Amino acid sequence: MTDEVRVYVEEAPGQRREVVAPTDMGLSLMEIMKADGYDIQATCGGMALCGTCHVEVLAGPELPEPSDDELAMLESLPVMTQGSRLSCQIRITPRLDGLVVRLMPQDA
Amino acid sequence: MNSVSTDICIIGAGPVGLFAVFEAGLLKLRCHVVDALPQVGGQLSEIYPKKPIYDIPGFPEVLAGDLVQNLMRQIEPFHPTFTLGERVEGYEKLEDGSFRVTTIDGTEILCKAIAIAGGLGSFEPRKPAIDSLADFEGGKGVYYMVRDPETFRDQRLVIAGGGDSALDWTIFLADVAKEVTLVHRGTTFRGAADSAEKVKNLHEAGKVKLVLSSNVTHVHGNGQLHGVTITANDGTAAQVEADSFIPLFGLTPKLGPIGEWGLELEDDAVKVNTVDYSTSEPGIFAIGDINTYPGKLKLILCGFHEAALMCQGAFKYINPDKKYVLKYTTVNGVPTL
Ligand SMILES: Cc1cc2nc3c(=O)[nH]c(=O)nc-3n(C[C@H](O)[C@H](O)[C@H](O)COP(=O)(O)OP(=O)(O)OC[C@H]3O[C@@H](n4cnc5c(N)ncnc54)[C@H](O)[C@@H]3O)c2cc1C
Ligand code: FES
Repeated sequence: MTDEVRVYVEEAPGQRREVVAPTDMGLSLMEIMKADGYDIQATCGGMALCGTCHVEVLAGPELPEPSDDELAMLESLPVMTQGSRLSCQIRITPRLDGLVVRLMPQDA
Repeated sequence: MNSVSTDICIIGAGPVGLFAVFEAGLLKLRCHVVDALPQVGGQLSEIYPKKPIYDIPGFPEVLAGDLVQNLMRQIEPFHPTFTLGERVEGYEKLEDGSFRVTTIDGTEILCKAIAIAGGLGSFEPRKPAIDSLADFEGGKGVYYMVRDPETFRDQRLVIAGGGDSALDWTIFLADVAKEVTLVHRGTTFRGAADSAEKVKNLHEAGKVKLVLSSNVTHVHGNGQLHGVTITANDGTAAQVEADSFIPLFGLTPKLGPIGEWGLELEDDAVKVNTVDYSTSEPGIFAIGDINTYPGKLKLILCGFHEAALMCQGAFKYINPDKKYVLKYTTVNGVPTL
């Protein structure tokens, strides 16, 4: 079993940056992207209360279904797409390897 | 133009700004509190009113919303005044060392010292990505908050959103407006179950129009809003006449104009001297989440401590010739102003 996964952040169409994340620390996708220098506010610290860690999943493995709290938060945001997720609610596990996401804009 | 005169102008009605009123009151200093939000409480009211907090001394557990109410009760004897729903934009230092603080709506606060308790910044509405939305802001038909429901009396309204505030205002404005259409991109509402039920009942009674699985995609008008386009998830679009469009997609904090005041900053926070939480500009102090110093912790408890020391500094700035002698509140009972 691998103790690292690679996720990819699409910074512009076709331009992806690799982020390597440990799977054994119980981190969330929000935490590893923030640690990698991405400008994510994460006002609520990962409690699905603020929506400032909104990402769109573009490709990769299937993720566990969002919880009711996550869906409720996503539905209250101005933009929600098929792939919308709160990155703070996605745990880094081995099955995440190869995931491609993009940060959703906070403003119109 | 509204004009207020006070000793300390507190920017931000979060827990730290509110407690600063109490500490100022002990020193017989009057306060005027300004917040961009229409209600007090800062993050506690906006993000987590129903969550318990466990690290407030003397309260093994307290709901964030209840803590805010208690703080309001605690400062009552000091009769603070409030300007809510207006963001502070600028300030001017006057010749005698006092200040004129101005809000986005032109309210002017004349004060002897400024305490910035702006937290993560002022909470600004999340705006949907609709072209030319900004053309109708500022009273021309697009509103991101309902400040005075009377603005919408007998109007045709389109409200967008699926959260509690979209549901609550749909229910309230159904009795005020001529016509209310609620547009929601999903098919179910995840706000409070009884609010969703009420909206459904109003819809069945013909008092509210519900357009589900749809988004508002365009706004139309000529200087003043005349209508919006509602596009269904299957791509079909319809134009609807409307006097006002109210997108309610929650709020997100932005440091905002205080970041442009020329105060010394570090990582979007205001640098302070921990002796009295003064900033690089004499007479301006910064407390709570908005400041930074070595060892800073963004906790309510720490903000309370900062508020107490800040008031000592403000007292000295306002009364350079007076000596303040610390008295415990238990000696004289709660003082009033
Ligand atoms: C989910 C969550 C849980 C938390 N749990 C805890 C906990 O258990 N214990 C704890 O101690 N802390 C906790 N915190 C942190 C705590 O909420 C903050 O430390 C606290 O709110 C800071 O208070 P404040 O008054 O400095 O700022 P805020 O609460 O952010 O209030 C600042 C206010 O200033 C206003 N403002 C800003 N700029 C302007 C302007 N230009 N004009 C007008 N108004 C302006 C804003 O609108 C806002 O209302 C938590 C935070 C979150 C998000
Ligand atoms: S960090 Fe607040 S919702 Fe994810």
